[in-house]
Amino acid sequence: MSALSILDREKTVAPAGFNRWLVPPAALCIHLCIGEVYAFSVFNLPLIKLIGLTKSAPGDWSLADVGWIFSVAILFLGLAAAFTGSWLDRAGPRKAMTASALCFGGGFIVGSFGVSLHNLPLLFLGYGVLGGCGLGLGYISPVRTLITWFPDRPGMATGLAIMGFGGGAMIASPLSVLLMHHYATPTDLGVAPTFITMGVIYAVFMLIGAAIVRVPAPGWRPAGYVPAAISSRLITSNNVDVGTAVRTPQFYLLWAVLFLNVTAGIGVLSQASPMIQEMFKGTVTPVTAAGFVGLLSLFNMAGRFVWASASDKIGRKATYFIFFLLGLLLYASVPTIARAGSVAGFVLCYGLILSMYGGGFATIPAYLKDLFGTKNVGAIHGRLLTAWAAAGVLGPVLVDYIRQYQISNGVDKADAYSVTMYIMAGLLALGAVCNYLVTPVANRFHDVSAAPAE
Amino acid sequence: MPTQIKLVLFWAIVVAPLSWGVYHTVLNALKLFS
Repeated sequence: MSALSILDREKTVAPAGFNRWLVPPAALCIHLCIGEVYAFSVFNLPLIKLIGLTKSAPGDWSLADVGWIFSVAILFLGLAAAFTGSWLDRAGPRKAMTASALCFGGGFIVGSFGVSLHNLPLLFLGYGVLGGCGLGLGYISPVRTLITWFPDRPGMATGLAIMGFGGGAMIASPLSVLLMHHYATPTDLGVAPTFITMGVIYAVFMLIGAAIVRVPAPGWRPAGYVPAAISSRLITSNNVDVGTAVRTPQFYLLWAVLFLNVTAGIGVLSQASPMIQEMFKGTVTPVTAAGFVGLLSLFNMAGRFVWASASDKIGRKATYFIFFLLGLLLYASVPTIARAGSVAGFVLCYGLILSMYGGGFATIPAYLKDLFGTKNVGAIHGRLLTAWAAAGVLGPVLVDYIRQYQISNGVDKADAYSVTMYIMAGLLALGAVCNYLVTPVANRFHDVSAAPAE
Repeated sequence: MPTQIKLVLFWAIVVAPLSWGVYHTVLNALKLFS
């Protein structure tokens, strides 16, 4: 019991004179690992050839079966974040990060048994459920910790942590390929040992983050920092309890804002490779399409830091208006650009769209902090992430369904995405309306017993 | 351990794998325009 006390919040309080720039690496240790989930599709093809080895054989899993693993993981990310958010705030970042490391690493190990035994439910249980819980536990705590260390730049702080989530896929993708290549034999594709290795590497890396994380002492403020007189009506100096926050219209408006922004982005992200190949038939090959997907990951990652940092200057509401209105224009332009045959224009449009998709994730915690105060922002953020879980399941299904409907009605494959783009533009217009309706939280919701937010 | 060394060490732990990932991504992305 005493050995476990090193995980307690009290043991992570930073001493006087502690340099706050030592904390972002701890947050990045977690997010760079759990961001692996975005690269899970690397395993899709090997997983459907575990028996046949060179091609799918009778008894092999289908691509549709395997595709659900990602959705289950995102679903459990949202559920874990929603149900454990309050505990994470109380337990402190070290305990939360350790639990996340054990779940995420353990998820890979259990998943490896599912692969070895060719047991799909075990793979779902391991990577999808256990790993997904690890994602949810690890996502919020670093973000919340950085917000308290950077009260002067909350957007930049959340952007820095959540940028790691976008960057995680860029590490995981080549790492997975490298490991599968290393472990492959004439009778085995090397997926199970790759899972075990990645589980161990990620657990160790995340535990390093847990070991070096620190929280500021109560009442700590950055040297020379004086909380500015409230510069916007939307920034509160009060706190709202999590149970109260979910009864405010602002919570549901922000839920809709995140849901619509994510739905518009994630659907395209999931279909990026076949989409560019079908829209530029004969010009874009599977190899160059993989380059397109990689480029989108870069924009996604950079957007998280750049847009969230910009939101410190221009405000969260204005930042989301840019996401929705610029995104709407870009989506509406894509069919025309594709018909003109401009690959560069197409790539630039989608790059900007994906930068705003990432920016939406990174800016939302700071938006929540502005509206509901710092004290319970982790728990409130956790509840809001159910919007991501819902969009993670609905977005790809929506894009795929519309495409199939178009093709079955005789529309050419190259044109089948046009309607999807216009529907995405419509979703973003709806998001702009929700964002417009966001107003300050009424005084009656403020927690009068809590100290004012910093 | 002095703070300056900790800063370099901690940031190196995260920047090194991220740079490796970005390098591979950019290498792959360049195929789109070659």
